[in-house]
Amino acid sequence: MAETTEPILEVRGLVKHYPLTSGILFKKQVGAVKAVDGVDFELARGETLGIVGESGCGKSTVAKMLVNLERPTAGEIRYKGEDITRLSGKALKTVRRNIQMVFQDPYTSLNPRMTVGDIIGEAYDIHPEVAPKGDRRKRVQDLLDVVGLNPEYINRYPHQFSGGQRQRIGIARGLALRPEIIVADEPVSALDVSVQAQVINLMGRLQDEFDLSYIFIAHDLSIVRHISDRVGVMYLGRIVETGRDAEIYDHPTHPYTQALLSAVPVPDPEAREHRERIILAGDVPSPTNIPSGCRFRTRCWKAQERCALEVPLLAVPAEFRDVSGPAAHDSACHFAEEKQVVPPEEPDQPGAPGPAGPSGPHGAGGSHGADGPHGSHREDSEGG
Amino acid sequence: MPDQEPYEPERAIAGTGMGGTMDLGTSEAVTLEQPPGPDGADPREKPRSLWSDAWHDLRRNPVFIISALVILFLIVISIWPSLIASGSPLKCDLAKAQEGSQPGHPFGFNGQGCDVYTRTVYGARTSVAVGILATLGVAVLGSVLGGLAGFFGGAGDAVLSRITDIFFAIPVVLGGLVLLSVITSNTIWPVIGFIVLLGWPQISRIARGSVITAKQNDYVQAARALGASNSRLLLRHIAPNAIAPVIVVATIALGTYISLEATLSFLGVGLKPPSVSWGIDISSAAPYVRNAPHALLWPSGALAITVLAFIMLGDAVRDALDPKLR
Repeated sequence: MAETTEPILEVRGLVKHYPLTSGILFKKQVGAVKAVDGVDFELARGETLGIVGESGCGKSTVAKMLVNLERPTAGEIRYKGEDITRLSGKALKTVRRNIQMVFQDPYTSLNPRMTVGDIIGEAYDIHPEVAPKGDRRKRVQDLLDVVGLNPEYINRYPHQFSGGQRQRIGIARGLALRPEIIVADEPVSALDVSVQAQVINLMGRLQDEFDLSYIFIAHDLSIVRHISDRVGVMYLGRIVETGRDAEIYDHPTHPYTQALLSAVPVPDPEAREHRERIILAGDVPSPTNIPSGCRFRTRCWKAQERCALEVPLLAVPAEFRDVSGPAAHDSACHFAEEKQVVPPEEPDQPGAPGPAGPSGPHGAGGSHGADGPHGSHREDSEGG
Repeated sequence: MPDQEPYEPERAIAGTGMGGTMDLGTSEAVTLEQPPGPDGADPREKPRSLWSDAWHDLRRNPVFIISALVILFLIVISIWPSLIASGSPLKCDLAKAQEGSQPGHPFGFNGQGCDVYTRTVYGARTSVAVGILATLGVAVLGSVLGGLAGFFGGAGDAVLSRITDIFFAIPVVLGGLVLLSVITSNTIWPVIGFIVLLGWPQISRIARGSVITAKQNDYVQAARALGASNSRLLLRHIAPNAIAPVIVVATIALGTYISLEATLSFLGVGLKPPSVSWGIDISSAAPYVRNAPHALLWPSGALAITVLAFIMLGDAVRDALDPKLR
């Protein structure tokens, strides 16, 4: 469903550098933390783009820039063709209605001094044109119902809810203005595994119901695979590999993606014994001092002289350009080669090739069925 | 995660979130949620906020109850001193100077032959008025300046921080001697003004730090992402979550302001006779302490109890508001 429609969100050359200063009275810039250093991607209507990467790679900074909480140092974020990075005042407020965020930590993202009704209803205080005054309470209750909470909880305070319920409140707040895009910054990583599945499935259901597009940021690869149509892998402020989820997970060509995937826990003990684990040497370099050329070369087992001199572009690598297979997707590596590190998921095994094939079962089957308990819960919550 | 809470009703709610039957859980949770409620009334949909939680704690704290009763008593007698003292604090009879306790004059007489009991009762008014008004002034000025500096940061914040540093460097008593000795007005206002002038940097620092902490919370970012204006962020999200430390420090400071007023009056630069103040009485009784110790002890005792009461109140409030102790 991705490539056919015009992108709703287009990010070009996004850069965020935080200046490092020294001096007490007269501040002098001595360097910069290059949190995000040239990110490009696009998001189609109704699509979910997963962004993965380890801590400190700039995922959250990208999210903050998308919702205009941080101003980019350079680059463009085009929403329906209009660059939103330099907007202010009324125009910015209008854009904010359409791009909303779900935060990582449900314990700090809800104001402890406000009731749930005030937290969700605040959107209507700020954008009074969305809902007439008398209608607001009803709307908040509808939202609570939609996210699977009892509408009677409207007068409760956040500390009276569990983590999963709080995250549902956070999602309801994000939905209040009926946005088209939701940027979810690690929305489930603070939750219990059992609750994670519920929240993910809730988000999948809401996507269909409200025709949402998601930017889904996480460091948990299996969750991203579960919800995403396309995946971008970030390393040190850049996207190093991007493609449909099956392309990335089953046919990674960038060594960093391969190393990340090889660390995913495998539930089957037999498969676990046979798989190869790629252990990277050293730590992530400091974002103040990014290596020349390929930024991954300091930890890469394939690195050669060329990697230090030439910055690899994020494009389909030359060796795959003529083949039309799942390996032919964007990968920023001079020596890209396909390597299967994760045993493929059951439904993908028979007919893997072709981008349309594997994404079907994921896009549709993945976001629904997966776990039993949630299915029953969903019915309960909608009933009550 | 829900199991971390030792709080039974929460677990009941959490259980429903896990996919159980929600309707069943709800009715149960709502009723369980109302233990001996904070205000006893309204048993259905009135859950406890953090403030009412704090109030709930305070009501069970004997330190708070005792100090609050003492303070209440002080406020009442400073508004209506004639309730418990019939005479005038300015009616003195030199013939009775330094005499001890006698019927109708339980605390005896001071060096001028004035009734110590009456003067001690009337002295409360000055102390309480100075304490409360100075604290209000300090709290308002300090939290507004500190809060704005913390919220907006930048050059204004840097300038304000340096100014507070300068004020911190002024020794309070020396500053008082210099500044107040040039003022002739014999009211409480110069003293209050001086205390506000020297006291606001302390609150300003607390407020600044607390606003900086609060503004980094995700819920502030979330409101900003919704398009909230700065004033909404400050008033609805930051202030309610940053005010607790200011309240605590201000309550504790109130006691020290009362003793500061007494100190300045003792030194002769605060209030001057014929005003009535514990500081003045302590000062005038000090030379005769061997002959008439009671004239010194009663006002000093009253001062000590008052200061202690406010500091204990501040302590109790801090315990109730500090989330880390919860």
